[in-house]
Amino acid sequence: MNSVELESVSLWYGNVVAVNDVSMSLGPGVTGLLGPNGAGKTTVLHMMAGFLPPSRGTVTIGGATAWRNPEIYRKVGIVVEREAVPSFLTGYEFVLASARLQKLDDPVGAAQRAITLVEMNDAAGRKMDTYSKGMRQRTRVAAALVHEPDVLLLDEPFNGMDPRQRMHMMDLLHTMGEAGRTVLFSSHILEEVEQVSGTVQVIVAGRLAASGDFRTIRRLMTHRPHVFAIRSNDDRRLAVALLAEHSVAGVDVAATGLEVRASDYGAFTRALPKIAIREGVRVSQLRPSDESLESVFSYLVAQ
Amino acid sequence: MNMTIIQLTFRSLLGRKRALLLIPMPFILIGLTLIGRIAHPDATDWQQPIIIGLGFAVIVPVLSLIIGSSVIGSEIDDGTIVHILTKPLPRSEIVISKLLVAAGATGLVNGVMMFICGWLINGARMAIGLAAGGLVASICYCALFLALSVVSRRPVLIGLVYILLWEGLLTNLLTGTRSLSIAQFGVTIAARIGDQSYFVPTLSAAVAVIMSVVFVVVSTFIAIDRLRSLTMAGETS
Repeated sequence: MNSVELESVSLWYGNVVAVNDVSMSLGPGVTGLLGPNGAGKTTVLHMMAGFLPPSRGTVTIGGATAWRNPEIYRKVGIVVEREAVPSFLTGYEFVLASARLQKLDDPVGAAQRAITLVEMNDAAGRKMDTYSKGMRQRTRVAAALVHEPDVLLLDEPFNGMDPRQRMHMMDLLHTMGEAGRTVLFSSHILEEVEQVSGTVQVIVAGRLAASGDFRTIRRLMTHRPHVFAIRSNDDRRLAVALLAEHSVAGVDVAATGLEVRASDYGAFTRALPKIAIREGVRVSQLRPSDESLESVFSYLVAQ
Repeated sequence: MNMTIIQLTFRSLLGRKRALLLIPMPFILIGLTLIGRIAHPDATDWQQPIIIGLGFAVIVPVLSLIIGSSVIGSEIDDGTIVHILTKPLPRSEIVISKLLVAAGATGLVNGVMMFICGWLINGARMAIGLAAGGLVASICYCALFLALSVVSRRPVLIGLVYILLWEGLLTNLLTGTRSLSIAQFGVTIAARIGDQSYFVPTLSAAVAVIMSVVFVVVSTFIAIDRLRSLTMAGETS
């Protein structure tokens, strides 16, 4: 009951395609759903959670259809990104209500265990409108975990958390993954995914751009061509010297400085200081000009 | 029926500022009835505009609209509905629990309000008739407005159109539309149980009762079905 399967799933709103022919199979362990903002991560997650019907394809959890099937929530825990909490409840009441709605045998015990798991014991008696964003997030995670689900889906779970809470949440996800649960969390931050999960699904512009072991994908990302903006006291002299460097694929000379396309990130950044010293050129600015996550993802799509 | 949902809905209802609107409106109707009673002991002169024109046509539906559209509509608007929807509960359990809270709260306020007004006009029988009419109308309105809040993101607007245009205008012009007017069900039941010398029933008792049941059942069925298919698109998707 802990597999999540997407088979040729597409979803469109009118003429706009939000998710385009995505297939993935998730098993026990932690998987990161990585992609820039607006890529379709939340839409994919919401289809898994049974909040949206796919326009084409099938979404199943443990073999059961997710759409129009509340029974899946016995085995699935969900933390969506924008879920307001009933501010009139205390954290404990909120988690206890979840346990009762799950119709657990011992709701009080289950609620206390879940609150302890997310380290919210001290503040559990306070109204939720007095909570920080991180505290609300942890309480929502406790409510999603209260019935010990086989599958846990989390949309941007680290948003609003301080570094210590972030580490704790990462440990928690690790533990759940190692215990044989299927944990999927979405994020647009590469480092978050790197620290938590071994496998990733990368989504760009509604399509599955890459899928598999994180290190392989990371290597692809590091060795992709990079563009740097450079300013110096003698741009033309530096441009000539750079063209002789094998890690440089091209140089544009503009009024505002040089735009250098490096074919190998590591080799170029090591070579540049040496070249500048040898040529007697003073570099006043070195700025990667395409470091946005979107450009990294676009490269992955092209691969 | 689910006690946890009933408790959560009730606490949420009491916590919203809208609920404060429940307080002054009944006092306005009771106050006007009291003034009418003191000024003109013969109620046949003034009860029609106050009890029907203000009570059944405005206060009962507006109170029901405020409560009926908020018990589930507000949760859909602010996203807290996710907390309940991600539980293995039949959607009928959610809708019926919410309807019980809405109809219970509105029916209590409208029923007691009408009971007091009826008592002031003509004693116990009138009081029971008006209370029954107010209660039935409250239940029907709440079921309708709850369904509207699941079907549409603008339940209050559509509800006001129904109250003002359909019930306020069309039922006066085209008598055939009265069999689809909740206010007319309430007035008819009030008149049949209470005192027909004060109120002239516009429908037969059977039509009023059957149509009330049809409104509640059909509205609830639609609300359950639409809640099963309620979609939630992510803001960042």
